[in-house]
Amino acid sequence: MSKYLLDKFLYTVDRDPDLVERYRTDPAGCVADWEREYANKLLNCHSGERSTWLTFSDDERAALAGHDHVRLFEMGAHPFLTLTLFIAMFERDHGPLEYQLAYARAMEHISLPYPDIAT
Amino acid sequence: MAELVAVIASTHHPFYYRASTSTGADRPPFADEWVSKIETFRETLTRARPDVLVMVGSDHFHQLWLDNMPQFLVGKAPVFDANWYNEEREFGLPRMTLQGQEDLSSYILREGLDAGFDLAFSNELRIDHSITCPIITLRPEADLPIVPIYTNIFAPPLPQPKRFVQLGRTIRELVESWPSDQRVAVIGTGHLSLELGGPRQFGPHGPDPEFDRKAVEWIASGDLEGCLSEVTLDSLHAPGNATHGFMDFMLMMGVAGEGKKADHVDSLDLFHTMEAYFTWYPNGVSPA
Repeated sequence: MSKYLLDKFLYTVDRDPDLVERYRTDPAGCVADWEREYANKLLNCHSGERSTWLTFSDDERAALAGHDHVRLFEMGAHPFLTLTLFIAMFERDHGPLEYQLAYARAMEHISLPYPDIAT
Repeated sequence: MAELVAVIASTHHPFYYRASTSTGADRPPFADEWVSKIETFRETLTRARPDVLVMVGSDHFHQLWLDNMPQFLVGKAPVFDANWYNEEREFGLPRMTLQGQEDLSSYILREGLDAGFDLAFSNELRIDHSITCPIITLRPEADLPIVPIYTNIFAPPLPQPKRFVQLGRTIRELVESWPSDQRVAVIGTGHLSLELGGPRQFGPHGPDPEFDRKAVEWIASGDLEGCLSEVTLDSLHAPGNATHGFMDFMLMMGVAGEGKKADHVDSLDLFHTMEAYFTWYPNGVSPA
């Protein structure tokens, strides 16, 4: 399991307006394309340099493709990254704070200590 | 030597800009009280007549990322662009440009390294709302040069709370030994109890009002000993999953000094999180 790669997905998608829309409308396709094109891209280097070893597990791929923010939390994805991206995708469909509160309610069963987010 | 004319610690609430500039039906009911408190807070900086601002904050996964994550980083550049696409998108924050104070950045880096802090640096740093929020609230003209200092309160493993306090003490020593006649204010922002992306987020108050009450008391009275005796990396999970941002307040208590009572203390109980504002004048209040 790679919390780092989950975070890398959330981070890179959130910061690209086109990817935000793609992930909203076609999550499974977006996750598949991202894993192929971006997962091994070194972000802090000259373009073209890539790593060789980063892939999602089946569970991780399914959680991302299912827009399953609760499962992502349980897997230890960074909650700030998940929240920011999901607000960008879904707040527009709801009234003020309605989405944020529903997002919290879906996690009511989770108690302390929360899953470790250290990567 | 330079003079430390004000030490300011504040929450950084990215919703303030939109709340304070909205009108009519879009203006939230708490906006007027919030603006009033901020204008009073702003006056505490204005009265100190600073020439330079040292700005302590924390990048929220904008430029700093998990492939290369510094614990403490000093920006050294002639110019700092500010705010990011996702901050415009979510908070309506404007793009900004701030001038840098490279002499002070260099001094803090050199002397900080020699004082035992292995500081990272950046010569091209786009700063985010942890630094622009206090510019918007405290110095909206954005006309003073800055030295940004980023801390990692966000991506574990994090430095221990005492390390934030030690860095605060060192920043004060370095500002006061900087060979310059400039008037320097140190401004740092963090959080009280806060939950982001978890089940306790966006409640009617901050997730732990009792922690907030204690935290305000620690800061207002400069009770570093009491604060350090209770606050650990583990304990900060309990008040809310983003409460490690409180360590930037602890850093600012280190700048202000053990036992130093704040000259200005204010707070505002908002939904989601409590706002809190503190100002110390190390050498007394400047004549108005």
